[in-house]
Amino acid sequence: MTDLVVLYRAQFKTTIASQLQYRGALVIWIIGLILQPVIYLSVWSTVAESRGGNVDGFTASDFAAYYLTALVVSQASFTWIMWEMEYWIRQGNLSPLLVRPAHPIHQHVANNLTFKLLTMAVVAPVVVVLTFVFQPNWTISAWTALAFIPALLLAMALRFAVEWTMASLAFWITRVNAINQLYFVVFLFLSGFVAPLDLLPGPVRSIAEWLPFYRMLGFPVELLLGRLSPTQAMVGFGAQLAWLALALVLLNVTWARGVRQYSAVGA
Amino acid sequence: MVTYLRLLWIHLRLGILNELQYRTNLVIQLIQSAVGLCTALLGLGVIFSKTDRLGGWSAPELLAIVGVYTLVAGITQLVVQPSLTRFMEDVRLGTLDFTLTKPVDAQVLVSVRQVEVWKSIDIVVGLVVLAVAISQLGASVGLAQAVVFLIALLAGVTIIYSFLLILATCAFWFIRLDNILNIFQSMYEAGRWPIGIYPPWLRAMLTFLVPIGFAITVPTEGLVGRLTSPNLLGAIALAIALPLIARLFWKIGIRHYSGASA
Repeated sequence: MTDLVVLYRAQFKTTIASQLQYRGALVIWIIGLILQPVIYLSVWSTVAESRGGNVDGFTASDFAAYYLTALVVSQASFTWIMWEMEYWIRQGNLSPLLVRPAHPIHQHVANNLTFKLLTMAVVAPVVVVLTFVFQPNWTISAWTALAFIPALLLAMALRFAVEWTMASLAFWITRVNAINQLYFVVFLFLSGFVAPLDLLPGPVRSIAEWLPFYRMLGFPVELLLGRLSPTQAMVGFGAQLAWLALALVLLNVTWARGVRQYSAVGA
Repeated sequence: MVTYLRLLWIHLRLGILNELQYRTNLVIQLIQSAVGLCTALLGLGVIFSKTDRLGGWSAPELLAIVGVYTLVAGITQLVVQPSLTRFMEDVRLGTLDFTLTKPVDAQVLVSVRQVEVWKSIDIVVGLVVLAVAISQLGASVGLAQAVVFLIALLAGVTIIYSFLLILATCAFWFIRLDNILNIFQSMYEAGRWPIGIYPPWLRAMLTFLVPIGFAITVPTEGLVGRLTSPNLLGAIALAIALPLIARLFWKIGIRHYSGASA
């Protein structure tokens, strides 16, 4: 356990150093991260205005609250492992990670959290500025704010486990870019990013509620904004835990098999 | 001029020959183009299930935007973007020397040297979407609109090229900038919707800072007949001025190049 603490601390320092070295890449991530919710927010605000201020109960300022929260949640939960793993495997960079005494996942978790802390320093002021621009209707009560924290942490863990499992596909398929892109499109629509789930057509909405993507983004957002009943909240937490357990099992299985498959190309 | 067209043709042929070795890339690009198109169409579907106009644009008009968006993305990613990416890599490694010693204009050479052949699929997809949109718009698209559209599209592509060249030229001063072109890529997403729907500050950014409005919204406005003549003239003026500025910047930049490893 203390070994892991040492590992995380060391990883934390090196990540900060290397990220500050490549500020350009950091800026690009941040622009992308901020722009996407702002695009959908603008689209839906325009729709709300054209319908006399309201789409199915969402006003422009409801959309603002939804998408600004979604910005924070997606900033906290996104990972880039699906690209990194492909690179690791294709270039043989995974080999040195495998001979280390700790599972490579720790390195990535530490990297990811450090990166989030760094970018949060930019994202937080941006959200404050956007709050003045878009005038969101934050109706947050004490219990939703409290419930939001575990929901966010579970969303992060869930997205992490699912995307690590997806990333392990690169052990068998060398060119995973098309699969990654497909995954992100599905994520975009079924997580509540393109539109809050309530606005999707009925059948799509039921599918989305059963799949894990909504639990990684839309669920914590709606929970915070008080759009969910206590029953829905409990169901949501249950779904998050169930999907997380399943994803961790899958992750372990695919990783164990994948590493056996790995032939260290290029090393 | 003929020399430069031949140069472009040679590189296109080289790119095709090179890519034919890796035919799975074709399949991957086909999947990616299909996924990209489906995303755009499903997005439109969700929006238009709730409204019949978005900021004054009807569904076929927005479909035309998707067409222009895909078309322009295909055009820039076919030659310009891969070439400029390679140019920036060359500056970093010092291998630009080999380009500078060639007896043609270096700016032209670095702009056409790398071809991603399969991106032409996006050009085809964009044209097909555009054709479908035009057939839905029906009689409202006349010859005048078509001419205005072509002029505005040409102006838009010229503006984007000059803009990307200016970004890439910065590599002469800041050696490690490999990601700067990706800034454009991530902002380009915003062009899938008419820029009129964005808040004023973002609209200004997308018009003047990153000229996506000129490349996508303005030509589409020309096609559906809602482009005002000041906007068209503005686009044309920018399409004349920006290449000159880019050229000047390139000339200044190249004097800074010292050949990192040579």
